[in-house]
Amino acid sequence: MNIVVIIKQTPDTETVIKVAPNNKQIETSGIKWIINPYDEFAIEGALRLKQKLGGNVTVISYGAQRVVDALRTALAMGCDDAVLIDDAEMKNADFMRVTRALAAAAREKNPDIILIGSRTVDYDQGQRGAILAEQLDWPHLALAVSMECDGTNVVIERPVEGGKVTLEAPLPALVTFGGSHAIWNPRYASLPGIMKAKKKPLVIKKLTDLGLDPADFTPDKARIRITSMELPPQRKAGKIIDGGLDAHGKARELVKLLREEARVI
Amino acid sequence: MARNVCIITEFRNGEFRRVTNEVASEGRRIADSLGTGLVAIALGHGVSGKAVDLGRFGVDKVYVADDPALEYYLAETSVPIIAEMVSGIDPAAVLLPASVDGRDLGARLGARIHVTLLQDVIEVVVGDDHTIKAKWPLFAGKCFAWCEWAEGVPPLLSIRPNVMQCNIVDENRKAEIEPITVPIPVPRTKIVKYDLDTSGKVELSEAEIIVSGGRGMKEASNYGILEDLAGLLGAAVGASRAAVDSGWRPHSDQVGQTGKVVNPNLYIAVGISGAIQHLAGMGYSKYIVAINKDADAPIFTKADYGIVEDLFSFIPALTEEVRKLKEC
Ligand SMILES: Cc1cc2nc3c(=O)[nH]c(=O)nc-3n(C[C@H](O)[C@H](O)[C@H](O)COP(=O)(O)OP(=O)(O)OC[C@H]3O[C@@H](n4cnc5c(N)ncnc54)[C@H](O)[C@@H]3O)c2cc1C
Ligand SMILES: Nc1ncnc2c1ncn2[C@@H]1O[C@H](COP(=O)(O)O)[C@@H](O)[C@H]1O
Repeated sequence: MNIVVIIKQTPDTETVIKVAPNNKQIETSGIKWIINPYDEFAIEGALRLKQKLGGNVTVISYGAQRVVDALRTALAMGCDDAVLIDDAEMKNADFMRVTRALAAAAREKNPDIILIGSRTVDYDQGQRGAILAEQLDWPHLALAVSMECDGTNVVIERPVEGGKVTLEAPLPALVTFGGSHAIWNPRYASLPGIMKAKKKPLVIKKLTDLGLDPADFTPDKARIRITSMELPPQRKAGKIIDGGLDAHGKARELVKLLREEARVI
Repeated sequence: MARNVCIITEFRNGEFRRVTNEVASEGRRIADSLGTGLVAIALGHGVSGKAVDLGRFGVDKVYVADDPALEYYLAETSVPIIAEMVSGIDPAAVLLPASVDGRDLGARLGARIHVTLLQDVIEVVVGDDHTIKAKWPLFAGKCFAWCEWAEGVPPLLSIRPNVMQCNIVDENRKAEIEPITVPIPVPRTKIVKYDLDTSGKVELSEAEIIVSGGRGMKEASNYGILEDLAGLLGAAVGASRAAVDSGWRPHSDQVGQTGKVVNPNLYIAVGISGAIQHLAGMGYSKYIVAINKDADAPIFTKADYGIVEDLFSFIPALTEEVRKLKEC
């Protein structure tokens, strides 16, 4: 079975975000980079699938040279080979064009299934899976909190507001991973895994290697652009309700404030 | 004539979900700024009888597909129909809910009609020259960005629930109805099961009040005291990752950067320290109350009202006070 996982490298979730002087990007100096947590869930899903059905897991990403670290980590977790799409040719590409390049790289692996995180913890768009599926004309099972696959069909559970849907699709299909650490519990890279990863294949592809025309990826082709970024207004610390009151007194005071000052209850 | 603004509705269990009314109200506001009309695309089972009511929120006309095959959302059935309708309508902008299904629909629709979607929009401005800009929160709300679309590309936006005002323009206004004749595609994906929670539990992402418990709750059974309080307040119960990882609460209750991002009027954090990943998920609540026995817990730097107390004595006291309030 050919399994493809698509990952993105994102800033660590601890990162304090600062806006760069051009006002259109975040300040990236000094950032610690991680694999997008939802993409880590997808890697875990892929490795479990391989354990069950056998096959090969390819991990694909797009981005700067630093993304090699994320791919090596994925290889150390147990993926078999990696592809990095060189970003130099596609500066400021918008979501849809990035996914075109990712789709082209995935296609080369002739996948039976593609797994990807439901959203990235940087731009928080949650679009990649659906766009990729449309570009490939594949079924898309979105926001999986469980996945069962027998090599012919794949079944997932998808939480929706106030309920849960169970979906089934024939392969080839694309699954986006939702849920949380508690559900997927992605494995850590072991020390032997890290050693082995150094020898696993990692290739860097340019757009032309993928049969794409770099002219379609220049900044002027973007259909959407960020015009400015801003930090949200800082919340100021409010009041600590104390006044030497006991728990009951504080509760009474809080209810009064919520009722009369905040007017929220 | 200027091109209309178009919304895509969400219909489930015989009703438009509330976020649809929010999207319609925002759509009306944008249409008014552009001096144009507002149309809606409504897919669902049983939707034709309800569609006229969208007129109350300022929708002029609704294109309706009412069929048992559209009872539950499936991208492969909905997206081709909606894409064809949108192409025919040739709208100035398309708005839809950033709900679970709306997010999926919007992204796939965008890919199909070659328009880039902006997901999870919290503010839209229409310039004097009629250009539309939209704002969304990144990094789980640690930062905001404004976006605009290239010339000739109609903005496609999903609107975060609970942010836009519902605005009834006229209680008696009825929308005009036009049936959709596009055939319903046969999907490869099958819905095996659809379990709806009928307990009347308030959905986290749409709740006006959330009572959330963290590691300080100590064990699963202690959440009973939060549920009592939540019941009285009509609130939803949330949790920190520590509580979810401990198996005390389902993952669907997790608030934060790898959980749900919520924006209720009131968020009551109980036994939660206020880690950056948690704050990212609830920092935009209108009011935050923190209850923690550690006066130095970081959550207090974000809270409008803080109480340094043991939660096990404070929460029952609070519940009692709320009960008194509700009784009078
Ligand atoms: C990649 C990544 C993603 C993450 N995503 C999320 C996320 O989405 N959501 C999230 O919440 N976290 C997330 N985290 C985890 C986060 O960093 C914290 O570990 C977590 O939020 C801590 O939960 P907590 O506040 O309940 O627990 P703790 O930090 O242990 O805090 C418990 C608090 O309860 C107080 N307390 C204890 N007993 C009592 C009592 N009897 N009365 C009153 N107060 C009491 C303590 O003083 C303490 O402040 C993520 C972490 C990573 C690395
Ligand atoms: N290495 C990458 N892998 C996947 N997506 C990427 C990558 N780099 C940038 N992106 C873009 O980031 C966008 C936001 O991701 P998401 O929140 O999942 O929609 C995606 O739509 C991609 O176009």
